[in-house]
Amino acid sequence: MLAETAAATSGWFLEHAYLIPVIPAVAFFVIIFFGKKLPWHGAEVGLASMVAGLVLAVGTTWQWIQRVESVSREEGGALARGMFGFARGLVPQAAEGKAEPYVDPVIRSWTWWQSGGFEFSVGQHIDGLAVMMLLLVTFISTLVQIFSLEYVRGDRRYTHFFASLTLFSAGMLTMVLAENTVQLILGWEIMGLCSFMLIGHWWEEQANSKAALKAFFTVRVGDMGLLVGVAILFGAFGTFSIQETSRIAMDPATSQTVLLWAAIALFIACIGKSGQFPLHTWLPDAMAGPTPVSSLLHSSTMVVAGVFLVARMYPVFYNGFDIAQNGNSANVIAVIGGITIVIAAALAFVQNDIKKVLAYSTVSQLGYMMMGLGVGAWTPAVFHIFTHAFFKCCLFLCAGSISHTASHHSFDMKKDMGGLLRRMPVTATAWILSTLALCGVPFFSGFFSKDEIIDNAHHNGYTAFWAIGLLGAFMTTAYMTRATYLTFFGKPRGAAAGHSDHGDDAEEHEMEHADPVPALALAHAGHGAADAHDVHASHDSHGAHDAHASHGKPAFGFPGESPMLLVFPIVVLGFLAVVSGYINAAPFGIEKFLEWVEPRASEFAPYIDHATFTWAKAAPSIVLVALGFIVSLAVCRAIYGEADSKLKGLTQRSRLARAGYDFLANKYYLDALYEKVIVHGVAYPIANVAYWINQNVLDGIVNAVGKGGRRSGEWVYRNIDQTLVDGTVNGSGSVARGTGGALRPTQSGKVNQYGALLFGAAAVAALVLVLVNT
Amino acid sequence: MTAVILAADDLQVAQNIGFALIAAIMIVGAIKVVTSNNVVHAALALVLVLSGAAAQYILLGAEFVGVSQVLVYVGAVMVLFLFGVMLTRAKLGAESDLNNATAWVGIPVSLLMLGVIGWVLIDGFSDTRLPADARSKPVVEISDSFLSPYLVPFLALAFVLVAVVVGGIVLARKD
Amino acid sequence: MLVNNFLLLGAALFSIGVYGVIARRNAVMVLMSIELILNSVNLNLIAFSSLHGNIDGNTFALFVIAIAAAEVGVGLAMVLLIYRNRRSIALDELSEMKG
Repeated sequence: MLAETAAATSGWFLEHAYLIPVIPAVAFFVIIFFGKKLPWHGAEVGLASMVAGLVLAVGTTWQWIQRVESVSREEGGALARGMFGFARGLVPQAAEGKAEPYVDPVIRSWTWWQSGGFEFSVGQHIDGLAVMMLLLVTFISTLVQIFSLEYVRGDRRYTHFFASLTLFSAGMLTMVLAENTVQLILGWEIMGLCSFMLIGHWWEEQANSKAALKAFFTVRVGDMGLLVGVAILFGAFGTFSIQETSRIAMDPATSQTVLLWAAIALFIACIGKSGQFPLHTWLPDAMAGPTPVSSLLHSSTMVVAGVFLVARMYPVFYNGFDIAQNGNSANVIAVIGGITIVIAAALAFVQNDIKKVLAYSTVSQLGYMMMGLGVGAWTPAVFHIFTHAFFKCCLFLCAGSISHTASHHSFDMKKDMGGLLRRMPVTATAWILSTLALCGVPFFSGFFSKDEIIDNAHHNGYTAFWAIGLLGAFMTTAYMTRATYLTFFGKPRGAAAGHSDHGDDAEEHEMEHADPVPALALAHAGHGAADAHDVHASHDSHGAHDAHASHGKPAFGFPGESPMLLVFPIVVLGFLAVVSGYINAAPFGIEKFLEWVEPRASEFAPYIDHATFTWAKAAPSIVLVALGFIVSLAVCRAIYGEADSKLKGLTQRSRLARAGYDFLANKYYLDALYEKVIVHGVAYPIANVAYWINQNVLDGIVNAVGKGGRRSGEWVYRNIDQTLVDGTVNGSGSVARGTGGALRPTQSGKVNQYGALLFGAAAVAALVLVLVNT
Repeated sequence: MTAVILAADDLQVAQNIGFALIAAIMIVGAIKVVTSNNVVHAALALVLVLSGAAAQYILLGAEFVGVSQVLVYVGAVMVLFLFGVMLTRAKLGAESDLNNATAWVGIPVSLLMLGVIGWVLIDGFSDTRLPADARSKPVVEISDSFLSPYLVPFLALAFVLVAVVVGGIVLARKD
Repeated sequence: MLVNNFLLLGAALFSIGVYGVIARRNAVMVLMSIELILNSVNLNLIAFSSLHGNIDGNTFALFVIAIAAAEVGVGLAMVLLIYRNRRSIALDELSEMKG
């Protein structure tokens, strides 16, 4: 392709990266067909496939790094990390044959099927982005499966759970290394299906299956955009290949209108999948699934898929939405991302369910990634996917660990947690480290990625989004401080304090584990629409076990701590939450991630400018994070702490505060909007009009027809039926009987009447057509 | 009517006679299907029509479709219908309320349709003859057309059939 | 042979089928009438295929046969379900579609 490609090293792992999704996909079938007979009921197959995938992914990563380094050496180190932005600037002048250093992706493809002379292929497209995602997905999936071994032990659908989990990872991996858009859709849809199965894993509870359906349908709304976008790109460019599409999209001769429409359609898919405003409503409801599922869904798979799609097809979005450096002040991706950051962070304040706080936090962080892509900061956004996966996965697993061990399967921070710091020191430490990373405290991983997004937004001229990013950082710190305070500090409450029966304080709307039915009824009687959604996610109801004695040995000799299998992934992830940022720590001049992942070829990818880090520029966000922590801590102590305070019960006393709380608690009334306004507003008038027509027009016709029929029937009966008894029996007889039927008070034969109208109208239309044309 | 058709062509008398006979059987059978008072009789009349259609296909040189018609319709679909009759209604004799109250509406509608279609056909094809030397098409051509230009519809059909199997089980199973 | 022989036969079958769909009260009978309609379409497809010496008509006829079989399968399953729920398969008693 380019001159440098010959020099790039390849290797067995790079050439055979396609095996990474194939192994879990095969494992899925093994689990489904033989899982129940195996000693661990299929879990070992899923885990083994994930470990195998992880090994391959590590090998692939290693060889990819070799490849990048070899190309870099070939270039005489001219693009050594600090210099290369500068070196890039010189390239346009040096036009005499010396192309930019470009690490050619390892692309292989095979014919999948052919139709009408066109070949649909399936294959792998391994570049820095794909390698990073492969490593991330296999790693997180492995840890989540380890966690699940203990967490869902004894579940009645244990085998199916692991089968779905494995297929889910296979879907994400298929999508990640997709060589063309058709394969991308395949992986995308596998994930959609598996998310439905996993969210609705405990479908015996109505709320869970409703949440699963909601997730599935909301995402499907977006998926239509994906189909349309791929169709537009194929129609315009005549290829499904992602590399070809990128090349054509980067070509200045390509019509910007086509790219714009394709980008809009694809972005709708990303909005649905990645839970961006206004289709974010499914994500918090998806908490109805088991916690490992939430953890996998919200860290490295599923919701990241939308961000990944934008990153993967970046030339289309870049040129379609005209994301120029220093050019425009806003575009669709940045605006949607920015809105999502703020509204989701605001929603996280009013949640009592620890998983919901994390869910909204995910939505908000996804907003960061989208905004990063929207402002042209491709590398920081992708880096944020990387770091976010570790600390968010860790946070979810911590929540699972708490509910599993300490709070009797409840996720309610206000009622069933508190004071857990002393009881579960390992979980608490991992949680706090991850929280620090999420908040973007300096020297934790989130700082390096999030701050870079914010910095680059400013650097690229998107000042408004710089401000939104800073606001988001403030809010993130504040709500995470609240969640941490409620969970780990203060006095133990409810189940955490040891008493599992607390039906007496059920004036709040969360459902109790002990008595689901009365609480459910209460919830519906209580707060209405918003609360109905809160009910189901507030706990994981394990079918099989409640006795905590069965949970195995506590880890590290702490009596209150979770078993080893739960703690091990948490510890690993907590460690990574701290250190994973150092792969691309701008303050220390480490930019390995940038070097390994960023595509560097003007032919296939837009040029990505990078802001240079200075502590002065980072200062505002650090100050805001500190401020968020202090303010939130003060407010939390005032509201939830021991000391009596004016703020306590503010929502009961102040109408304004109450209104604000309600507005947030009802999630901006978006669900109500979708259900009440759109569904009722559109469907009901149509139904009413149809009913009116049916009652007044059709019934009139039917009655008139009936009367006419009766008269003619009587005539027939008198004149023909009596005389020609068995002549044309069937025809006239049926008319006679039919008239008898018409006399009956009930309306009858609706379907047939529709048929008659249909065929009659068709015949008349055909007649008109014939008459007009002759 | 038979005479008219026979007179229209003086070359392939045997085929024309065959056609006319089968066509007459089919039309009588079809009328029986929609007018019979006995569900089982209607089903048997439908067998007649479907077999007649298979015969017409063979007459037109489409043996494979004709054989498929016999296999799928006469063999499988009719059994389904008879099972449907059996499972939904114990009574096998004649019944009095098989028709709608407003059944007569069907007569003008269907006559109007027949009129319009017939007019168009007579107007457009009154003297178009089928090629006299038309031989039957080799099955390999049909399979080629399934597997190259119509591959995607063919796969889609496979999905439809799977969906039907699942849907049939879901709908009909007793819970 | 005239192509019109087959086309008119198809038209006749079609019209009879339409009458059946409109007139029949029994759901099984309506399904049978639909089979008539589908067969008349097939007859047309084969006739034109033969007229133009084109294989596509045969292919489509086979598609129609497969779809018709599927339709009968699902249709009868639905009829069975209706019968189980209401002890009757009279279509005029099914007025849930109303309003």
